[in-house]
Amino acid sequence: MNIVVCVKYVPDATADRHFEEDNTVDRVGVDGLLSELDEYAVEQALQLKEKLGDADETVVTVLTVGPERATDAIRKALQMGADKGVHVVDEAIAGSDALGTSLVLAKAIEKVGAEDPWDLVVCGMASTDGSMGVVPAMLAERLGVPQVTNATVIEMQGKEVRIRRDGDTATEVIGGTAPLVLSVTDQSGEARYPSFKGIMAAKKKPVETWSLADLGVDPAQVGLSAAWTAVESTQARPPRTQGEIVTDEDGSGAKALADFLASKKFI
Amino acid sequence: MSEILVLVDHDPAAGVVRKTTNELLTIARRLGEPSAVFLGSPSEEASAALRTYGAEKVYVVEDAEVNQYLVAPKAEVLAQLVEKTRPGAVLVSSNAEGKEIAARLAVKTESGLITDAVDVQAGDDGAPVTTQSVFAGNYTVTAKVTKGTPVITVKPNAATPEQVEGAAATEKVEVTISESAKTAKIIASEPRKATGRPELTEAAIVVSGGRGTGGNFEPVEAFADALGAAVGASRAAVDSGWYPHSFQVGQTGKTVSPQLYVAAGISGAIQHRAGMQTSKTIVAINKDEEAPLFELVDFGVVGDLHSVLPAATEEVTKRKG
Repeated sequence: MNIVVCVKYVPDATADRHFEEDNTVDRVGVDGLLSELDEYAVEQALQLKEKLGDADETVVTVLTVGPERATDAIRKALQMGADKGVHVVDEAIAGSDALGTSLVLAKAIEKVGAEDPWDLVVCGMASTDGSMGVVPAMLAERLGVPQVTNATVIEMQGKEVRIRRDGDTATEVIGGTAPLVLSVTDQSGEARYPSFKGIMAAKKKPVETWSLADLGVDPAQVGLSAAWTAVESTQARPPRTQGEIVTDEDGSGAKALADFLASKKFI
Repeated sequence: MSEILVLVDHDPAAGVVRKTTNELLTIARRLGEPSAVFLGSPSEEASAALRTYGAEKVYVVEDAEVNQYLVAPKAEVLAQLVEKTRPGAVLVSSNAEGKEIAARLAVKTESGLITDAVDVQAGDDGAPVTTQSVFAGNYTVTAKVTKGTPVITVKPNAATPEQVEGAAATEKVEVTISESAKTAKIIASEPRKATGRPELTEAAIVVSGGRGTGGNFEPVEAFADALGAAVGASRAAVDSGWYPHSFQVGQTGKTVSPQLYVAAGISGAIQHRAGMQTSKTIVAINKDEEAPLFELVDFGVVGDLHSVLPAATEEVTKRKG
């Protein structure tokens, strides 16, 4: 089996994230890391490989599109246990929107599967920066395959994939036949920490670096100038000012709370 | 004036149109002539709702296969309607399914996509300008689509639904669904049990519980019921198995923006704040006076939720009479 996991290198959500003058996300001035939600995708890919029990025949490739430093995200996934990495890096990609990014990812996935066709593309449910959650669906559309998304439980038998998910209005069991695009949520199971052995082994794992030319993607199709959406303005939200804080003593807190709710006409 | 396509979000079992659709129709009227796209056979109640909120046309797609095979056929239907009607924009509800339909539609029609809009207005040239709340609600971004037909997913409560009688002229649409769109399907579906409370993302008031509940959500639920509120939960509470994931508020759960958000026993990690920071009024109850959430609140009570909430529930019930 040939599994490709798409991961994103994102600004640390607990750091002070902000925009550049051209309204793109500052991806250099803020510490970055493997998006937490993509760790679950790596974990599920590794678990599928372990369940298949054919360590040598199933290859988990971790794929990222991003700046030089995005190799950190690949490295982390390799330390967790992925077999090899592919990093698509090209200055022309900077500022791409989800449509541009999904185009580059799709071309890279096709290249990964050029010799040994890919079976599964595994993604996290969304990135922790853009948080659109649309790349899995875009990839499925571009690759011409079905998508089974937001999985909490994944089962695979032969080419048949079954997942369970908590949908908006129902809990559903969804089925599809590989090749397909799968996305997993943070409810799918905790992602493992890299072991010391894993960290050492990762140093020897291959990471290929591809440019747009390697993928046959015209630079004019991607990047900020080719984006099909344009940000007009970005504005920091004014910080909230702390209101009144009371300490509860013998029921005084409940009364003060009710007074506050009444003053705001909630009761 | 160009048509604006609105994908109707409806509950097929109950035969009703969800409130977000009324909001989308209201937004569509700012941009052009609202046309509703209904997948399935609308009940009389559903048709009446679309008329009441201003749909000039209702495209009905009765093909039973559309609702059986997840999102791919729905995106194909919309793409065919975009081709046919050349609309000024396509508006879809910003839920998990809506976003996936929109994503596929954008690729199919080579159009720009904007998700999770909290407001949409007509720009100087009449084209839609969206407002989004990003980076855990710390930034507000305005954007527009620069290529193709703008595809926009809109969050609940982005507009106050306005009643404007529309013609609601029904037009049945025949579509062709490709074989490849039918390869993933729903095998089993178990509708979520109704709680009798408002829907989390649409509620005017939300009361959430976290680690501080210690697993006992009764005081949270009772206070929510006294206020007519929806119940939410923090990730810590969900991960502990105390409350179902579908009620999780935060980055990996639901984003809510109610008039009033009450957080009980929730410390306020950035991931939780991402899901509630844009609420109009925020109240917190926490034993720990150092809880970071207190920095955001309009009103806070330092105290044990297990005593404060029941007393507050009683107080609220009494005052409501």
